[in-house]
Amino acid sequence: MERIPILKIGHNLLVSIQVDMHDQLALNLQDDLANAIARHHARGVIIDITALDIVDSFIGRTLAAIAKVARIMDCRTVIVGMRPAVAITLVELGMTLPGIQTALDLEKGMQLLAAPAERHRAPRPAADERLHRR
Amino acid sequence: MNGSTVADRIAIATEPDIVAARSAARRHAEILRFSVVDTTRLITAVSEIARNTLIHGGGGSMTIVPVSRPPHAGLKIVFRDEGPGIADIAQAMRDGFSTARSLGMGLGGAQRLVSEFEITSTPGRGTTVTLIHWKRT
Ligand SMILES: Nc1ncnc2c1ncn2[C@@H]1O[C@H](COP(=O)(O)OP(=O)(O)OP(=O)(O)O)[C@@H](O)[C@H]1O
Ligand SMILES: [Mg+2]
Repeated sequence: MERIPILKIGHNLLVSIQVDMHDQLALNLQDDLANAIARHHARGVIIDITALDIVDSFIGRTLAAIAKVARIMDCRTVIVGMRPAVAITLVELGMTLPGIQTALDLEKGMQLLAAPAERHRAPRPAADERLHRR
Repeated sequence: MNGSTVADRIAIATEPDIVAARSAARRHAEILRFSVVDTTRLITAVSEIARNTLIHGGGGSMTIVPVSRPPHAGLKIVFRDEGPGIADIAQAMRDGFSTARSLGMGLGGAQRLVSEFEITSTPGRGTTVTLIHWKRT
């Protein structure tokens, strides 16, 4: 069966989508990634969609499902390289891809995964003060 | 004359046919030199409706015809199936309505992406969806 290759780079997995995927191919990718995350104990997945000239509701939903499954497996997903026209069209279509992290390019995506995951949850000084005042 | 005056017909019977439908729409949009964003909008709408034709309509066809309303050039894309049809079109058009436990995003989304959208359906007889996209000048 036709499959999209998954590369392992350190603790992360990299998928670069180079073809116009039919629906089954997208679903295969979802399964293959879940298996690869488990097998390699991956901490992050980067999906490069630079070559994709459209993301319709099916592909969008599949990307969201991949991110959801990865999160349950303690693994983060970053979508990189979304073309501006694709972003505009997704919004008009009504798909906002909640819960999906994105980065402009591969390098920024790698940086995002290298940063500590809980960074945004670290208590800020203001929150600390509020705690003390109680 | 350029090659864009020729109509194109594609059978939609399998998932790869949805990819073929996207490719055909892309080719025609490129011949007419649509902008990148307008090409993306059109192909995305085509993908949504082609999938409906396959999944809900049980398969059918897509026809692409270049149209013109001087000074405007555009593409008219017609999807036909002889599936179960839609009893309540207003309800089907609504975002979030789906009989397939899906997102229910396809019809409403496609309508937002193209210049003109028309759907006619007869329960028990089938469904026809027409998209027209005009090139912005
Ligand atoms: N060609 C068709 N024949 C019969 N019913 C259709 C057809 N196209 C759409 N419908 C009906 O309209 C509903 C809404 O379609 P729409 O594309 O908006 O959502 P969906 O296909 O269910 O989900 P999504 O497209 O988000 O995956 C469908 O669930 C189906 O009941
Ligand atoms: Mg649909």
